[in-house]
Amino acid sequence: MITLSENLLYIAFIFYLLSIPFFGGAIKQKKNLDHQQNSGKWATFGIVISIIGFAAQLGFFFTRWSIAGHAPVSNLFEFTTFFGMCLVGAFIIIYFIYKTPLLGLFTMPIALLVIAFASMFPTDISPLIPALQSDWLHIHVTTVALGEAILAVSFGAALIYLVKVIDQTKKSKSTTWLEVVMYGLIATLGFVIVVSAFSFADYKAEFNWVDKNDNEAKVEYHLPALVGPNQGELLTDGKMEPLVSVPGIINAKKLNTVIWSFGAGILLYGLFRLVLRKRIGAALKPFTKNINLDLVDEISYRSVLIGFPVFTLGGLIFAMIWAQIAWTRFWGWDPKEVWALITWLFYAAFLHLRLSKGWHGERSAWLAVIGFIIIMFNLVAVNLVIAGLHSYAGS
Amino acid sequence: MNQVKCDCGHVNPHGTILCEACGKIIEDGTQITAEPVIDMRYEGSARRSQTYNKSMIDKVWNFFSSVKVGVWLIVVTLIASSLGTILPQEMYIPNIMPVADYYEDQYGWFGRLYYDLGFHNLYSSWWYLLLIAAIGVSLVICSLDRVVPLYRALKKQRVIRHESFLQRQRIFGTTSMAVSKDSYELVKEQLKKKHYNIREDEGNILAEKGRFSRWGPYVNHVGLIIFLFGSMLRFVPGMYIDEILWLREGETKVIPETDGQYYLKNVDFKLEVYDKETDNEAFSDALDSAGMVAKNYQSDVILYKTKGNTVAGEEPELEEVESSSIRVNEPLKFEKFALYQVNYKLDELSKMSFLLTNKTSGETFGDITINLNDPEKMYELDNGYSVELMSYFPDFEFGDDGNPTTKSRVPNNPAFVFKMYSPEKPEGEVSFVAIQQTIEPLGDNEYKMAFNGIETKDVTGLTVRKDLTLWIIGLGGLIFMIGVIQGAYWNHRRIWIQRKGDEVWVAAHTNKNWFGLKREIQLVLTGTEIKEPMDQLKDNQVDEGETD
Repeated sequence: MITLSENLLYIAFIFYLLSIPFFGGAIKQKKNLDHQQNSGKWATFGIVISIIGFAAQLGFFFTRWSIAGHAPVSNLFEFTTFFGMCLVGAFIIIYFIYKTPLLGLFTMPIALLVIAFASMFPTDISPLIPALQSDWLHIHVTTVALGEAILAVSFGAALIYLVKVIDQTKKSKSTTWLEVVMYGLIATLGFVIVVSAFSFADYKAEFNWVDKNDNEAKVEYHLPALVGPNQGELLTDGKMEPLVSVPGIINAKKLNTVIWSFGAGILLYGLFRLVLRKRIGAALKPFTKNINLDLVDEISYRSVLIGFPVFTLGGLIFAMIWAQIAWTRFWGWDPKEVWALITWLFYAAFLHLRLSKGWHGERSAWLAVIGFIIIMFNLVAVNLVIAGLHSYAGS
Repeated sequence: MNQVKCDCGHVNPHGTILCEACGKIIEDGTQITAEPVIDMRYEGSARRSQTYNKSMIDKVWNFFSSVKVGVWLIVVTLIASSLGTILPQEMYIPNIMPVADYYEDQYGWFGRLYYDLGFHNLYSSWWYLLLIAAIGVSLVICSLDRVVPLYRALKKQRVIRHESFLQRQRIFGTTSMAVSKDSYELVKEQLKKKHYNIREDEGNILAEKGRFSRWGPYVNHVGLIIFLFGSMLRFVPGMYIDEILWLREGETKVIPETDGQYYLKNVDFKLEVYDKETDNEAFSDALDSAGMVAKNYQSDVILYKTKGNTVAGEEPELEEVESSSIRVNEPLKFEKFALYQVNYKLDELSKMSFLLTNKTSGETFGDITINLNDPEKMYELDNGYSVELMSYFPDFEFGDDGNPTTKSRVPNNPAFVFKMYSPEKPEGEVSFVAIQQTIEPLGDNEYKMAFNGIETKDVTGLTVRKDLTLWIIGLGGLIFMIGVIQGAYWNHRRIWIQRKGDEVWVAAHTNKNWFGLKREIQLVLTGTEIKEPMDQLKDNQVDEGETD
């Protein structure tokens, strides 16, 4: 049963991957892709494949639910895969409203990255600690994931807008920042590749080290240690000695992973640039040739407009109700709570700028990009780095 | 106040840009724009902030009514909030040393700086609260400045609009022919099918729907203001109670802040962990890597209410209200109170027993058991032996003056001064007994108190909570949600179809989602001779604000 569940996730992953060339093909095939146009065979294949993948992932979700006895949204792996699934679901719905295969070309890779990223964390089915034993776990977490996924669609649309609108004939601030965003996505891919490769090779290096309270401890690295722990002493034979070591207050293992990811990201990015002989933004630009700028702007804006209330409901209101029940207070300034508030404030500012200050088009697109970065920060950094009461959601 | 009369006869308040009734631009020389499309934000109504700027009040009003200021306040609050997550807040650090030292010890100079800047308690700092208050003021003034004139303008609007108003709508088109009766009826029918409210005047149509979505922002602002007001109420005495109640197994204590009305007995505290053998086998991998995982924290308790009036100092008479189990996520509620499972301590020492023993012969003369939370003064033994407990230190340490003292009343490290009476030593022998050490301050004794075992009990830590602000905060949240949904999921759309001589003019406006509006107009006009209107901003880069 567990194997079946995991295989369904692989199947979903493969189908999502397969859908991308079809969405790409759909754009090459049809010259005019306004929303009223019939999108053609390629796009239909693309969306059908996406839906099959989505169904498979739903299968993964519900089989895992029945095995565990609780909705699989209780750790970082489960939450993040669910977030990826919601992203695909939100894309499918928006596809049927606006009929834009191009959105698939940008959203599906993001969803794939999200799911691949999730799979780097422990995938064991874990029992629920007492604080999580509540129906609010299902209600709160799924609503948050759904809200964030809809907001992520706005990021996908914003990216299309930026790729299309930014002038690639000369270097500018805009082209540079767009490359930074592309690099961010590529670095995530780098993380996935590095972690998978060393995990496949079963790399393990154990260290003795001294923590910030001067206690001796052991730590096991699964990547070669570029950065070693405080007063680290390598215990495993034949593994790499760290190049540098950091004070005990810093989590060397996590820092090491981050450095590997960014390093792999730089290599990959460099490779892409070498092969393409132009900026990633410039290489993607031809795909956006036939897209209507107003339409992607509207998709991006409407996604925020739809996602914001869902996020508020899940991330703040349901969150507060549950916090009152489980933690005796509806609000406690836990880092995750604060970052949910920050996300909410940011999108509130976004809507005010758009509605009252006329921030449309490019400016609005950049805001959608920043919003997505904040969401990712709350998902990744707050769990793994800041870690407060929500840290059980980490690994 | 000087009012402005429009050519159409409607009297507008001072400061109006577009006549409330017919939409004609009111010429006072300042507000005319050369844009092809008029600014429909707030319907061109007379906003106080755009009209007056003389007195101090005007200036304060104008400052807070600006969305720009509001957005800046949001952005500053957002950045300030993020600063508080860099290091843990004071409430989340362990209480092991002075706060300032803790930050420096754990995080070095940066921690020290963080503490000195007051970021360890950022969210209750005066400047953070000031920011929140400023947002609250901005919410009130922004909303009032806009909602009143907007309401007036939408209420006073007439079906027949001035030509200039129609021509300068974003969506506008003309058809050079008189419209037939059939087409007119068909359009009306199709508009109705799309749930438009139709008003007619001399063969002209104003079709409108979703006007209530225009109130969404103001409704959600009202919700936020109620929410903020509710949060402030916490500081009103009696509205909010946050106490901790520690209860040992078997112990009955008064519940704090209930005026001695309620008592709670801890019957049993349970800590359960997941077991690979008996629990879901799917968890076994996770349990292998995580080790022990808590499954349940539970206090089985009995809630009592006092009967009648109790005189101070007298044991109250208790009446059982209910017996219940408090678990995480399942607080016990009574009246306005809730008791939450938040903490515990396993195996606290509760009793210690000693044998009165002759040091040379090893013969024993009976044992005494001391209740560490309620010790007795004298312990009588048979055959003329007895033990007096002269001093008791539940949490023993040597004080600064070198004398024994106690850190707390919790028996973490009990120590005793015994006086042992025996037929041989009727005046008694003094012995100081602590864990793993015995001191005989007055020379060698003949007898000793030999340690003979302990009993332990679990202690449960419950939060006693009363929060009378919850319903207001909940109401604020609910109204906010309603407002957001109202504003986000509906659009305010208007379509004007007017006869001007031999022509039919069509103009339309929406506060958002122009694609949807255009699609709808297309549907509404199919089957009629009326031409689809144009989007006058199409292909121009849209840089116009939407109208809310």
